[in-house]
Amino acid sequence: MSRAPRNESVRRDWGGDDSDTSILHVDMDAFFAAVELIDRPELRGLPVIVGGAHRGVVLSATYEARAAGVRSAMPMTRARALCPQAIIIPPDHHKYRDISTSVMRILGDVTPVIEPVSIDEAFLDVSGARRRVGSPSHIGELIRRRISEELGVVASVGIASTKFVAKLASSHAKPDGLLLIPRAATVPFLHSLPVGALWGVGERTEATLARSGIRTVADLAHSPPGMLNRVLGTAGGSRLLDLAWGRDPRPVQPTRHEKSIGHEQTFGTDLTDLGDMSAALLDFSHRCAARLRAADLVTSCISIKVRLADFTTLSRSHTLDAATDVAHDIYQAARRLLAGMTLPPDGVRLLGVRCEALSDAATTFVQVALDDSGPERRAAERVMDEVHARFGRAAVTAGSLVRQPTSDTGDGDIS
Amino acid sequence: MKFRVERDVLAEAVTWTARTLPTRPPAPVLAGVRIEAAADGALTLSTFDYEVSARSEVAAEVETPGSVLVSGRLLAEISRALPAKPVDVVLEGTRVTVTCGSSRFTLLTMPVEDYPSLPEMPALAGAVDAEEFAAAIGQVTIAAGRDETLPLLTGVKVEINGEKLTLLATDRYRLAMREMTWRPQSPTIERQALVRARTLSDVARSLTSAGTIEISLAESADIIGFEAGGRHTTSLLVDGEYPPVRRLFPEQTTTHTVTNSAALIEAAKRVALVAERNTPIRLTFTDGQVVLEAGQGDDAQASEALESVLVGEEITTAFNPQYLLDGLGALGAPFTRLSFTHPTKPAVMSGQQEGGGDSPDSADTFRYLLQPIRFAS
Repeated sequence: MSRAPRNESVRRDWGGDDSDTSILHVDMDAFFAAVELIDRPELRGLPVIVGGAHRGVVLSATYEARAAGVRSAMPMTRARALCPQAIIIPPDHHKYRDISTSVMRILGDVTPVIEPVSIDEAFLDVSGARRRVGSPSHIGELIRRRISEELGVVASVGIASTKFVAKLASSHAKPDGLLLIPRAATVPFLHSLPVGALWGVGERTEATLARSGIRTVADLAHSPPGMLNRVLGTAGGSRLLDLAWGRDPRPVQPTRHEKSIGHEQTFGTDLTDLGDMSAALLDFSHRCAARLRAADLVTSCISIKVRLADFTTLSRSHTLDAATDVAHDIYQAARRLLAGMTLPPDGVRLLGVRCEALSDAATTFVQVALDDSGPERRAAERVMDEVHARFGRAAVTAGSLVRQPTSDTGDGDIS
Repeated sequence: MKFRVERDVLAEAVTWTARTLPTRPPAPVLAGVRIEAAADGALTLSTFDYEVSARSEVAAEVETPGSVLVSGRLLAEISRALPAKPVDVVLEGTRVTVTCGSSRFTLLTMPVEDYPSLPEMPALAGAVDAEEFAAAIGQVTIAAGRDETLPLLTGVKVEINGEKLTLLATDRYRLAMREMTWRPQSPTIERQALVRARTLSDVARSLTSAGTIEISLAESADIIGFEAGGRHTTSLLVDGEYPPVRRLFPEQTTTHTVTNSAALIEAAKRVALVAERNTPIRLTFTDGQVVLEAGQGDDAQASEALESVLVGEEITTAFNPQYLLDGLGALGAPFTRLSFTHPTKPAVMSGQQEGGGDSPDSADTFRYLLQPIRFAS
């Protein structure tokens, strides 16, 4: 759900020449909300928000909710104030990942040169698919039709000669559209946009530039480089100038691997009990491990994130002796990291577990310890994966997670 | 205090006594070596850092008895550099003069009364052949842990059971066990101790010239003592309960292989050249031969075949190259027996004097348990 500034007037025909535009950016429209509507078609046409019910934030919202001013990452309380009639649905990431996998499979039918950016967007380089499938515009429409017909969700597609412009094009194509920016139209298109449309220009940079009288991409493009470098630093200035003139040499990188897998949660009430924190880490470790196993990956570095009641955010990481995809190992490391931190008595607001240094399980060697119980635990967790796949997450869990939110033992010694 | 001593005698005694002195001692006096000259002609040098103590006795011509504390490192360097002539050491006020030939050194002293007293040697437990003990230490310390955050595993478990002395060490990935006979003070003696691997390595290095090492170990004491040829050393034991690792050895194995040790070591060293960090050497044993391989995919690869006797099912397994070579090097036997239960279960390495699958192995003296490397999935 892009929050980049748009200019409605640019959603027009920039010309039909797609001979030199091989980059496609496919972006799902209101993805999480759209997936929820598959199962609940009676909600179509109504304002629907996906997000945590209490202290969470808006993860996705239908265009009906957006019309009331609801935006992604907005606190839920504010979203409800703006749109009291909205139907709020708690997120089901499992479901989103399934649909995402299907979307990526459809894209994979077009070309193997796919760079997934997140669960709901990807870049494609279709220069190799042109002869076999058709022109980029044809491919864009084909993808949109297949995703809509086969999956019941909607994708918008931007087509351009660079990744950056393709992404801008898709955001201007929304909702349910396709926008082609021919190479020749790249600069006029860019120069019609506010400067906030450029990658890396957030509110602060926008304000800085505004003080120098730069409000549009055109303003920036025609600013003296020396002045930009003074305002933004040498690297920042020349990078933005390149973007403003449509210069973006980055290729679509199909081999992009997931760099890390993590799970974090803001709690309804701050956790003060070490037992509750440990239980949360164990739960997150199981979620991470299941995702590692589903992707045939192993991790050799575990990090945890702790946000205190005063919003101070701390993180710690630990490199494992041997790569793993077993929740028990991840949990042990996470728990040791937590034990090594001094936490104030007013508790923690958020906890997160992240698995880094990922590698393919099939090609990663592990020097097993003589007293290793990994294989048995791994087998048990694999069975859990299958039960979850069939009966849902609530069907089976670690024994120590079957507990009330507030522990009466309080020693937090669970494993 | 005034005495005369031969340069070689002084240099050896000071070097050995001062060898464990810390570079940055917690208190300045702990960097010192205490010299005590007794009227009967005994010169005693001692050091102590509250963990390890060392005491060395040599003969000297003592004119005036007395004691003094000087920098151990400096005295060791000076005594090694002196010409091969008698050395005169004299305390004059707060300074010590060391004279040898025409060389003359003046050293500052430290207050000897501030020096901690050395721990008393525990009760004598028995004696062991120095060469054999040093070899045994060399065999097991290869498997001891080096991770100081797991202090328990940096130790070697010493078990005394009457005439049997057993050394065990593991870093969780391999386990070395050596059994030997020794001469206990009492035939029914039972002792357990966890001794730092580096303490034992030091004993193996510096106490073997005398032929016999006496081991002092009291029941439930917190130190162990070693003594040989006028040199005494004590060390604090590692605290904690050592895991029951002996039971990790399989009771029975289904397959075993016998290979020429020297040939296997040479081949493993060659093939290991292409094994990148964390990647294994694969060993495939079939009838009459073993093939060693390393490297995979786009990386450099190597393979080598050797003669090998197979008793049981054909088997393929994979080991960390260094762990494999450590074990092969420690065997010290002309033939290597590897015994398996399953390709992913630990293998037992032991030595054999003769080739052939039916010859007896040396598993009753030295065994090395090695956990294979496997793929993560």
